[in-house]
Amino acid sequence: MASFQPSEEQQLIKDAVASFAQEQIRPAAREADEREVIPETIVRGAWELGLVQSNIPEAFGGIGEQPSAVTSSLVLEELAWADLSIAMHVLAPRLVTYPVAQLGTDEQKQQVLPAYAGAEYVAGTAAVMEPNFHFDLGSLETTAKKADGSYVLNGVKCYVPLANEARHIVVYARAEDGLAAFVVPQGTAGLTVAEREKNMGIKALATYELTLADCKVPASARLQGDLAPVLNRTRVALAALAVGVARAALEYSVQYAKDRKAFGVAIAQKQAIAFMLAEMALEIDAARLLAWEAAWKIDRGENATREACMAKNYAANMCLKVTDNAVQVLGGHGYIRDHLVELFLRNGRGFSTFEGLAMA
Amino acid sequence: MIDFELSQDIQNTRQMIHMVAEGTMRPISREYDEREHETPDAWAQMMWDVSKTASPVDFGGSGKPKAEGGVKRKHEKTLMAAVSIEELSWGDAGLYLSIPNPGLGGAAVAAAGTPEQRERFLKRFREGEPKWAAMAITEPGCGSDSAAITTTAVRDGDHWVLNGTKIFCTSGWRALERSEGFVVVWATVDKSAGRAGIKAFIVDHHTPGATVTKCEDKLGIRASDTAAIVFEDCRIPLDNILGSAEVQQTTEGFKGVMATFDATRPMVAASAIGIGRAALEFTREALDKAGVPIRYDVPPLKMTALERDFIEMEANLQAARLLTWRASWMLDEGLHNNLESSMAKAKAGLAVTQVTQKAVEILGPLGYSRKFLLEKWMRDAKINDIFEGTQQINLMIIARRILGYSSKELN
Repeated sequence: MASFQPSEEQQLIKDAVASFAQEQIRPAAREADEREVIPETIVRGAWELGLVQSNIPEAFGGIGEQPSAVTSSLVLEELAWADLSIAMHVLAPRLVTYPVAQLGTDEQKQQVLPAYAGAEYVAGTAAVMEPNFHFDLGSLETTAKKADGSYVLNGVKCYVPLANEARHIVVYARAEDGLAAFVVPQGTAGLTVAEREKNMGIKALATYELTLADCKVPASARLQGDLAPVLNRTRVALAALAVGVARAALEYSVQYAKDRKAFGVAIAQKQAIAFMLAEMALEIDAARLLAWEAAWKIDRGENATREACMAKNYAANMCLKVTDNAVQVLGGHGYIRDHLVELFLRNGRGFSTFEGLAMA
Repeated sequence: MIDFELSQDIQNTRQMIHMVAEGTMRPISREYDEREHETPDAWAQMMWDVSKTASPVDFGGSGKPKAEGGVKRKHEKTLMAAVSIEELSWGDAGLYLSIPNPGLGGAAVAAAGTPEQRERFLKRFREGEPKWAAMAITEPGCGSDSAAITTTAVRDGDHWVLNGTKIFCTSGWRALERSEGFVVVWATVDKSAGRAGIKAFIVDHHTPGATVTKCEDKLGIRASDTAAIVFEDCRIPLDNILGSAEVQQTTEGFKGVMATFDATRPMVAASAIGIGRAALEFTREALDKAGVPIRYDVPPLKMTALERDFIEMEANLQAARLLTWRASWMLDEGLHNNLESSMAKAKAGLAVTQVTQKAVEILGPLGYSRKFLLEKWMRDAKINDIFEGTQQINLMIIARRILGYSSKELN
């Protein structure tokens, strides 16, 4: 029966993450962006919340079962509300653990998962995007050629979070039989991580370009089965993160508009501002519901490609509009780095570009 | 738990109503658009026979649990109504508005009436000939600013005497002159008291002094009658007032009446969505026939302009639907939904206006031609961005809620 209320358990998880996000992450957001580094204490604290371990079955050292995409949506929104870079950093290992837990053989799971179920944060990541304007998951330029029991990977990847320290990198490439994903351990010959990238936003998240030059991996490195559910989870994740960033921008500008006086009243009392804020609030809720619906479909094991793509695109457009409006509400002050809204805009602008940077 | 699956009950009802919409509404849709000001009597009679007996849905769209007009599961009533209204409006929005039922007037009586009034005015909707009820708020000089109404009600012995002019009264003609219905009329008992002086009065059918002077010629929803009513020394019994006759210092009474919109706005949104869905399905079928695919999982950069437009239309419509379901669900749960209800209405009104206009554009000569219903849907859709609170009024309400402002602080 239809319901729009999280379960008690979901609410507990969401509340725990929300208070960590509010108390630990948000106060660190500005400095992390300026210094392009994330404090160790935050990474440790997030690890202790079990964001990754809850994605790993008990049999492989984790504390989770089948993770719910709806629950993830709630959690990701709270993390991104606090800071997108930090959210993506602490969630990055899920880019490995989720696909391996879902699609891996017992051997692959045994080889990979326990590493991410320990007491300390261990970085893991995925290489999805490619440095060209016509990047398309459906026709990647990175290739995987089969040669005597192995695959040889060739191509250039970009926006790979934490590629330098990741224990494993799930590399997406075009094989002869379509899109394929390979679990590539750090240090594999032919895999070169380049300099850290410099981006407009998500500056605190260390992302890298990497090159695969005749990078040879055993056939057993390939994840078997349908990748669509994995891709859809990344789409829902990005939608939920976009909702979080947008909500942060709305809340910030609502507060500012109530405090800032002009012509003898708060600027929020002027329709030009009030209507902007109303539309922002409405569109955030709209995007959230689309993300939830896609996540719900994923949880039911149904084909959710249409819903997940729709939710991701909608949320990306929404987030750009909302964060831009937030800067506009603050006027000149919105342009100054004393306020967070310019950071929200720089981060929010990325969602139309991002693919596969997070996993719900 | 967050869940988007409609209960079996609602799904069954939806299926049944879809058959009604497809089998009885679509075939006469164009005809009653062109025969404006005529009532589709045979069809109305059939809908009356269906709805007055074992109707699982209150076609009037009142979400108030108290409202008359039986429903199986009280706690799903509003969501059930929203889903049903989407189907009916998919069939034809003008005809949906023409279904003989207690409508908005009935919702007001159900929400604010005494047991005696409910007996006197609502019971008739379960027996006899088809009937309509209506709500008269708007005047030539005021619309959204409903606190500024000038129609007066003056007490004279055992009667109230009404004087003034009302316009844009949906089903007003059918309620007052074509059936044994009634109209709920908003009038002021004390102009100096502002909102506190505004009361709602029930004017029964064929009451002397209440005259329908015109049925408006409209852009769309032409099957629905939109009446102008003049009240000239119209005398009604003293106990035809809804709520207390006292002019209180507070505006609680006015707010109470305004609160009925929290229940009706999601229903308007649902109706809008039905029209939008019709337009989208028609467009999709035409594209399918022409062999034009819609791909969802390609980057926006690689999409055709048409794909981008179409997917955006779909997403906007679905977002509006989910907002509407949420607002309806909240009411069924007994939650305050003033904010969410306005969100649903604002989104649906605008989304469907844009979706239908874009659909006409996409289909070119097919879209603009009266040979097909698409152009009609575009005309029908627009009303949803206007009535029951314009786009702008709903944005105002949303803004007040998120900013914590009163109507004095933000207006």
